[in-house]
Amino acid sequence: MSTAMVEAEGVRKSFGSTEILKGIDLRVERGSVTCLIGPSGSGKTTFLRCINHLEKVDAGRLYVDEQLVGYTERNGRLYEMKERQTARSRLTAGMVFQRFNLFPHMTVLENIVEAPVHVLGRPRSEVTAEAQALLDRVGLGNRGHSYPQELSGGQQQRIAIARALAMKPKLMLFDEPTSALDPELVGEVLDVMKSLAEAGMTMVVVTHELGFARQVSDQVVFMDQGVVVESGAPADVLGSPQHERTQAFLSKVL
Amino acid sequence: MQQRSIPGTRQESPPASADSIPVVPLRHPVRVAIAVILILVAFSAAWDVAVNERYRWDVVVSFLFAPQILAGAGLTVLLTVVSMTVGIALGTVLAIMRLSANPILSTISRGYIWFFRGTPLLVQLIFWYNIAALYPVIAFGLPFGGPSLVLGSANVLISPLAAALLGLSLNEAAYMAEIIRGGIGSVDKGQYDASRALGMNGGQLMRRVILPQAMRVVLPPTGNQVISMLKGTALVSVLAISDLLYSAQIIYATNYQTIPLLIVASLWYLLMTTILSFFQTKLERRYGRGFDASPRRTRQPKTHPKTRTA
Repeated sequence: MSTAMVEAEGVRKSFGSTEILKGIDLRVERGSVTCLIGPSGSGKTTFLRCINHLEKVDAGRLYVDEQLVGYTERNGRLYEMKERQTARSRLTAGMVFQRFNLFPHMTVLENIVEAPVHVLGRPRSEVTAEAQALLDRVGLGNRGHSYPQELSGGQQQRIAIARALAMKPKLMLFDEPTSALDPELVGEVLDVMKSLAEAGMTMVVVTHELGFARQVSDQVVFMDQGVVVESGAPADVLGSPQHERTQAFLSKVL
Repeated sequence: MQQRSIPGTRQESPPASADSIPVVPLRHPVRVAIAVILILVAFSAAWDVAVNERYRWDVVVSFLFAPQILAGAGLTVLLTVVSMTVGIALGTVLAIMRLSANPILSTISRGYIWFFRGTPLLVQLIFWYNIAALYPVIAFGLPFGGPSLVLGSANVLISPLAAALLGLSLNEAAYMAEIIRGGIGSVDKGQYDASRALGMNGGQLMRRVILPQAMRVVLPPTGNQVISMLKGTALVSVLAISDLLYSAQIIYATNYQTIPLLIVASLWYLLMTTILSFFQTKLERRYGRGFDASPRRTRQPKTHPKTRTA
């Protein structure tokens, strides 16, 4: 029995004739924080989307919470999952996007309550109470009745985190959660993520915030051109990178 | 409504504090002169219409609430409501089919829209009216001579009213499909990712997230469609259906008061379109929530001093 929350073996993914992921091997332990770093176009976001079935894996195996992503294995064959199965297995992970993607036609509370009520079929009153607690947790307890557009980017992203948490995921995926924010708003979002990490949530974070990676993560993975170039403890990968491409990247961003 | 300053027009005078320089607002003498002239022209035209006896306002008034006219107006409303309801429902299905990854569904939808937009509504109406010539008997059953359930003679089943409803609804569906497709296309792609990541399936995604947001874009052209449908129902007078226009025509065919009765019909059409526009505005406001540039006082009346800006 494996203890890993995410386990990738030779994961490949192409869009048309362009191969984005060229065999990714990666392990994310339960309760750990993994930061994916690397230049744009390196496949970090695509890999993250594969974990949540938003992209189909073409080859290799990807296990999330010991479940194979996108396929069912029977009699030595892989059967593509039906949409409903896929939707159900997505519930393992919560996802936060670069551009927040809150539902603009719903209030903050409605955003958070939407999926627990309509996907999990839980009673609205119970979920609303939990949602209020989540809003308090991300420091926005008084904004439940606002619409997303009335909030700053940092506030919207904190709501998006609360919305993902309301589904009680075992794993949180963050796709460049602070890249669309004004610099002065980055801190408030990173603070929420830090407290989430301290609470023991398993997290995979695609980020350019190397300070966050160094401070919070258990594992840093440097990707370039569709492969994992280097991975390990943040002090090693960020402090004394072994690989030339990692060194080149870090010298540019630091 | 809130008072809102419109760019390019007079602003509310700035708060005059003691130490501020007095501001003289810009005058618009030409604008005032033109306004005066136009108002005079409008008044004289209205006066002319009112006193011109050949309009026969007495006839207009006497027929305004005639039972035939009221029944005709009722039928016009019925035709509009049923055709638009079916048109919007079928149009939504066609739009989703058109956007489907399934090539068969999207081709069927494309073909439907091509056909029903490409032929005149009048032709379609007359076609449905004469459908019995092609299919004397209507039945459901298996193709190629399999067993079937005979429903009855087409002449009986497809009454003029049924032909009108079929023609109007099926034609409307083609237009609504394109409008709804445009609305769906206007929704940000990130909304799909977010909904899927929350575990929604395709149906939930459409019903709960995409369509409500598409409504904002779909509503204004749909309002147009409803209003042109309301007036377009006048076409069914060729099928001898006593809608509003046809009822007026029947009356003036006997009393020769053509103009007054057309005025009666027009007044009713105007009243109905006015009511529709009112509801359109309300609906647009309902579905615009969360999108307006200026934060509106929404459902929280308390403690948000910041939202009062603009």
